Amino acid sequence: MSAPSAEIACDTFPRLLLQHASKRPNAPALREKYLGIWQTWSWAETAAEVRAMASGLAALGFKRGDHLAIIGDNRPRLYMAFAAAQSLGGIAVPMYQDAVAVEMMHVLEDAEIRFAVVEDQEQVDKLLEARESRPQIEHIIFADPRGLRSYDAPGLMSLEALRSAGATFDQAHPGRYEREVALGKTADVSVMLYTSGTTGKPKGVCQSHEAFITAARGGVQFDKLVATDNTLSYLPMAWVGDHLFSYAQFLVAGFTVNCPESADTVMTDLREIGPTYYFAPPRVFESLLTSLSIRMEDASHIKQRLYNAFMKVALRCGSDILNGRAVSAKDRLLYALGNVLVYGPLKNTLGMSRIRVAYTAGAAIGPDLFRFYRSIGINLKQLYGSTETCAYVCLQPDGEIKFDSVGKAAPGVEVKIADNGEVLVRGAMVLKEYYKRPDATAESIDSAGYFRTGDAGVFDSDGHLKIIDRAKDVGHLLSGEMFAPNYIENKLKFFSHIQEAVCFGNDRDHVVAFINIDLTAVGNWAERRHIVYSGYIDLAGKDEVVALIKDCVEKVNAELATEGELASSQIARFLILHKELDPDDDELTRTRKVRRGFIAEKYEPLLSALYSGKTVQHIETQVKFEDGRTGSIAADVKISDAKRLPALGKAAA
Amino acid sequence: MSGAGVGRREIGDVILKVDNISLRFGGVKALTDISFDVREHEIRAIIGPNGAGKSSMLNVINGVYTPQQGSITFRGEQRRDMNTHEAAENGIARTFQNIALFTGMTVLDNIMTGRNLKIKSTFIEQAFWLGRARREEIENRKKVEEIIDFLQLQSVRKTPVARLPYGIKKRVELARALAAEPTMLLLDEPMAGMNVEEKQDMCRFVLDTNDQFGTTIVLIEHDMGVVMDISDRVVVLDYGKKIGDGTPTEVRNNPDVIKAYLGAH
Repeated sequence: MSAPSAEIACDTFPRLLLQHASKRPNAPALREKYLGIWQTWSWAETAAEVRAMASGLAALGFKRGDHLAIIGDNRPRLYMAFAAAQSLGGIAVPMYQDAVAVEMMHVLEDAEIRFAVVEDQEQVDKLLEARESRPQIEHIIFADPRGLRSYDAPGLMSLEALRSAGATFDQAHPGRYEREVALGKTADVSVMLYTSGTTGKPKGVCQSHEAFITAARGGVQFDKLVATDNTLSYLPMAWVGDHLFSYAQFLVAGFTVNCPESADTVMTDLREIGPTYYFAPPRVFESLLTSLSIRMEDASHIKQRLYNAFMKVALRCGSDILNGRAVSAKDRLLYALGNVLVYGPLKNTLGMSRIRVAYTAGAAIGPDLFRFYRSIGINLKQLYGSTETCAYVCLQPDGEIKFDSVGKAAPGVEVKIADNGEVLVRGAMVLKEYYKRPDATAESIDSAGYFRTGDAGVFDSDGHLKIIDRAKDVGHLLSGEMFAPNYIENKLKFFSHIQEAVCFGNDRDHVVAFINIDLTAVGNWAERRHIVYSGYIDLAGKDEVVALIKDCVEKVNAELATEGELASSQIARFLILHKELDPDDDELTRTRKVRRGFIAEKYEPLLSALYSGKTVQHIETQVKFEDGRTGSIAADVKISDAKRLPALGKAAA
Repeated sequence: MSGAGVGRREIGDVILKVDNISLRFGGVKALTDISFDVREHEIRAIIGPNGAGKSSMLNVINGVYTPQQGSITFRGEQRRDMNTHEAAENGIARTFQNIALFTGMTVLDNIMTGRNLKIKSTFIEQAFWLGRARREEIENRKKVEEIIDFLQLQSVRKTPVARLPYGIKKRVELARALAAEPTMLLLDEPMAGMNVEEKQDMCRFVLDTNDQFGTTIVLIEHDMGVVMDISDRVVVLDYGKKIGDGTPTEVRNNPDVIKAYLGAH
């Protein structure tokens, strides 16, 4: 733990920021597309804004240890708010911007939020609504004044006003800002990220400057990130991955973070920026590939043939070339040709031409999906981590990429497997505690300082960790064979026609599945076949669509048949749900993980129909719209049997 | 999370007044003896069943039709009729019931056409991209970008209009009208044919426009709910005659209106 002396001073985020501002004041730190033009904040400007914001907060009475809620899309000024709070020894509490007021209530109360910096009217409205029952929210500071001109709620002010109040305060108290920054200790809590709440109420995970800086330094060195790298930040700021990539690593490596114009323009902005360092959850890569396949199907005959031919080459040798393995001269030549004709233009269309390192995390990625991106030369890697470990446990080293593992223990992290198969982690990046939850803290950190991840995993012979499922989700069929629902669901979800899948089978005699079709992909497929449909429900109920999905399910069964113990997890019966699973209806977490238990309860009639011999089941379901209103939809859901194969040896694959 | 705010802005003096307007097409009486006024910064709705003469009324205000009888007083100046060019120069912009956009052009270019009247540089200057033309283009583009931001059209900025869904096209039309920086905006059934969500968005944008820029808005609408929610005052037409005028509550309680319009609901 002996860092070089020059780095000791830079052990908190505000100090890292000041260091960049003094060393390279004019280099770009943050960019945002506004009014159609990329606006840039240099490091010096960023530091000045943070200083003004922090002074403004100080003028309002923000003290050391206070919490600052930060709610909104990824915006430079909101990232600056993190640093502003931390400059004063405060703790940033980013919250999911698409959560409705009721969901925010818990966090607002739990974190005792008095100060909030938010993006716009939408968030202000939610906080004002929350304030009716949680009067401790004193100050609401908004970045975008649109629509807020006539609001006169007490404690409501614009970021502009905060900054000018801050400038005045700064002049009246010279040296105060420097003193506050100097008071910060590396072991202080810098940020509180709330868990997604897959089980129970979200818990506040307290992470110190040290934890995130350790994780960021490790990652930066591991992937040789430099100050000239560019990244696009578009994932929720409340997600640990974004905090690591767009905040911690940004301040450690000093690269440029680019914020998209709006959530709908991410794809265009991605192409304009051409990031060199990119991260996305599997579903983003999935939807990119889905839209790509759709567009390919609409392309001219020549283009299609070219694409198909060269994708075969890429799948054969692309990832080996990327991994630096030996590949025949003929394949190399073909691949080079393919790069000019297909992969290059493809990457350009995706905005991925300049990517040196791309990461995916948050959920398992389908091996075929993973293989696709790597084969066209995108260095896509997986990492493994959680909110409690600063998203930093395992990384895949360049050249040692395995599709089914998450890589080796990252520098500075100790990983071991408990007797029950659970992955245990120790290191500086492990959380300090759950906020106000000593019981939960004690439960998840053992006496030796190991954090229980709750994931079941195994190390393979090369020391790569392979995650199978959530430890508590791994169950057993009545016959005693292992049942890993996530594993099967991920296989299903790889099909572009399947958006979401939920499998059941624990303590049952066979496995059944709920399926959500992908409206874009299946819609396009239906159009091509002149199948008329009015919307999701209608499309999901079409016999042709059921047959299409049945085909996917049977392919998964065929794969499972080759995988030893998992062969008995083949899907016996399935149905296509009449509505899309949605976080607003509590069926998915905000990070879009399925809440299996909740879904089983909510759709109990469907589940029991799957386990009885019925072929059709009527169901009525409540849905919540984005504006908080509720409605209900009813449908007759068709239930189908899928063919199961006898277990085969691996060789048969 | 509504917060539809009527009465947040100061409603000013009468800016437009129509007196005893009658309009005939041959033997068909489209409008008979219509009088009403519009105050500065208000949202004024004209409602009525199909064929009541709503669009004709709008076309009279904006100079497309010349009424056989009556006068229009705009900003204190009384006249027999408006002409379209004059109306535009006087800060009156409009949208159409049936979308009238350049379908082959991008959203951005369509909105740029709304800046037409603001361009002073000559054809030659523009052709050679000389000083003034260049300055103007940048200025106008900036204004257009502000409107794109305001109406949240960023994601379709470079998309040809023909490829857009109906609701967005309507929004582009509003954007083009706003590009002229009008003091008065005439909206011809801005929410017709929209789904609930699109209608809500449109209402929000109409209210925001009124609130942010203080634009006086005259809108024709079919959807009673929408009108009652966002308008300050409502004129009701039926068979070319005015049968009601007042605040939404007054109109709702007016027996003639109930009979002619609401009764059919």
